[in-house]
Amino acid sequence: MAKHDDKLFRLSTGIVAASVLLIVAGIAATLIQGSWLSLRQFGFGFWRTRTWDPVAGQFGALPFIWGTLYSSLLALLLSTPIALGIAVFLAELSPRVLRQPLIFLTELLAAIPSIVYGLWGMFVLVPVVRSLEVATPQWLRGVPLFSGPPLGVGMLAAALVLAVMITPFSAAVAREILRAVPTSQREAAYALGATRWEAIRLALYYGRTGIIGAVMLGLGRALGETMAVTMVIGNNPQVSLSLFAPQYTMAAVIANEFTEAADDLYLHALVEIGLVLFILTIIVNALSRLLLWRVADKQLAGAPSAAAPVAAAA
Amino acid sequence: MTGYDLRRRATSRALEVFCAASVVLALVPLGLILFYVVRQGLPALGPAFFTQMPKPVGEPGGGMANAMVGTLILLGLAATLAVPVGIVSGVFLSEYKGSRLGSAVRFAADVLNGVPSIVIGIFAYSVAVLPFKRFTALAGGLALGVMMLPLIVRTTEELLRLVPESFREGALALGATRSRAVWSVILPAALPGILTGVLVALARVAGETAPLLFTSLNNRFWSTRLDQPIASLTVQVYTYANSPYEDWHRQAFAGATVLIAAVLTFSLLARFVTRRLERMHRGTV
Repeated sequence: MAKHDDKLFRLSTGIVAASVLLIVAGIAATLIQGSWLSLRQFGFGFWRTRTWDPVAGQFGALPFIWGTLYSSLLALLLSTPIALGIAVFLAELSPRVLRQPLIFLTELLAAIPSIVYGLWGMFVLVPVVRSLEVATPQWLRGVPLFSGPPLGVGMLAAALVLAVMITPFSAAVAREILRAVPTSQREAAYALGATRWEAIRLALYYGRTGIIGAVMLGLGRALGETMAVTMVIGNNPQVSLSLFAPQYTMAAVIANEFTEAADDLYLHALVEIGLVLFILTIIVNALSRLLLWRVADKQLAGAPSAAAPVAAAA
Repeated sequence: MTGYDLRRRATSRALEVFCAASVVLALVPLGLILFYVVRQGLPALGPAFFTQMPKPVGEPGGGMANAMVGTLILLGLAATLAVPVGIVSGVFLSEYKGSRLGSAVRFAADVLNGVPSIVIGIFAYSVAVLPFKRFTALAGGLALGVMMLPLIVRTTEELLRLVPESFREGALALGATRSRAVWSVILPAALPGILTGVLVALARVAGETAPLLFTSLNNRFWSTRLDQPIASLTVQVYTYANSPYEDWHRQAFAGATVLIAAVLTFSLLARFVTRRLERMHRGTV
């Protein structure tokens, strides 16, 4: 009787749990089904074509893929040192009284809705960026990185907003990784006469797999970020190295044009961009998870995770 | 002390200062954003904002009553879809940790957590808008529910694992079956934490805009119907922000202030409950 009950329990909860799998499979299926017109018509050329002309029925995703990758990498470049600095400070250096409040504040940064970042970006950051661009000396303008009209909206504003938005994610995970590094590692370093930083560097090296995982988690966030970027990047499909140039991202073009897509091919092209974005974020997130799980198996097994709800929020 | 040692010490000091500075650097935008948005938003944030409908262009005042009700309805729909499925899945994950299905579901939940919200919007559009040829509140609720699901699954799993093994042993010793032990003893013990997790997940999706843009769309009128487009605070803020009108910008900032206040309240509440839970666990274990 008890055995029967046990089997039924496993089966019923298992079926419900499998729905999570089903949803992920469903997302993949609907994306493929919803983009097949475009998949068939453009094939791999879709990834390499620069033209995005809905009126002529010409769709190429290169400017959007470029915009997403470029803005995310710039944001990563800006946020990684800061995020690691925060992680180190909160895990190793912070006075005990300050630690919890500071953790709360940095996590609050992750909780602010994307639309609020966008609003602030539009009305505060963009004008600041514009005046910076206007103040750029003429000799610098020749460099491709700083060419283009000083509009304010553009790659630089997008990268800055993204950097602020992803920093708390990377910082929170990196902090957990650092805290899980055994104290004996640091004690050994101190015993050999290491300075504080040398001991911390050792801890960072010890947790390097997880640290890379933390940074990649931030990258995954940046790739998929929609509203804040849409509101500050300028929404102009072009492939340009310039930080000042208005550009476009995959998420932004879907957000802007999805309800306007009048014909089927247009809609399918937009869904295909969603498919590309989906695949890209899955790869990045899966890699990050694999790295973090490897660390978890190795050292986090006995670590306390009492702050589960808060960690889930971040 | 040699010069080499001095240099090592200086390096260490410099990098410690850098770490402290990066915390400050991250908190500066937080302060700037909160200060600016709230300062712009507060003047427009009277009782009218919560009780009145949006006014047409040119007429000052008005509010976002319909959008706030819309957001609450969307959150209700999302929770109805995600909470039961999420909790039961979490139970499965914690009960059958090592099973192959368990690992697959855990991985799927993490993948789902990383799927961009705009892509989840496309999914909800394909499943719930396209077949019926109509933007609906239900579609928006579905999109938000899918976003909540992985958060609830993982929180439930982690919190169930914190319940001491002795609880289960006690229940089993009294002759309870496994399902009885879970539903009557283990799950109730973890419930306060799980509910906190649900609140946090709700707060997260309450701020989402992208998945609503082409599922629940927006609605200028008062509507609580689930089979019609519905207004939401976030989409309304977005619409107003993109408009060229001063009045509407002020409204957008007022809406953003409400969002920030909600997020702050939820975060503080979650933190408070988590603290108490930690203390409770330390007491019992």
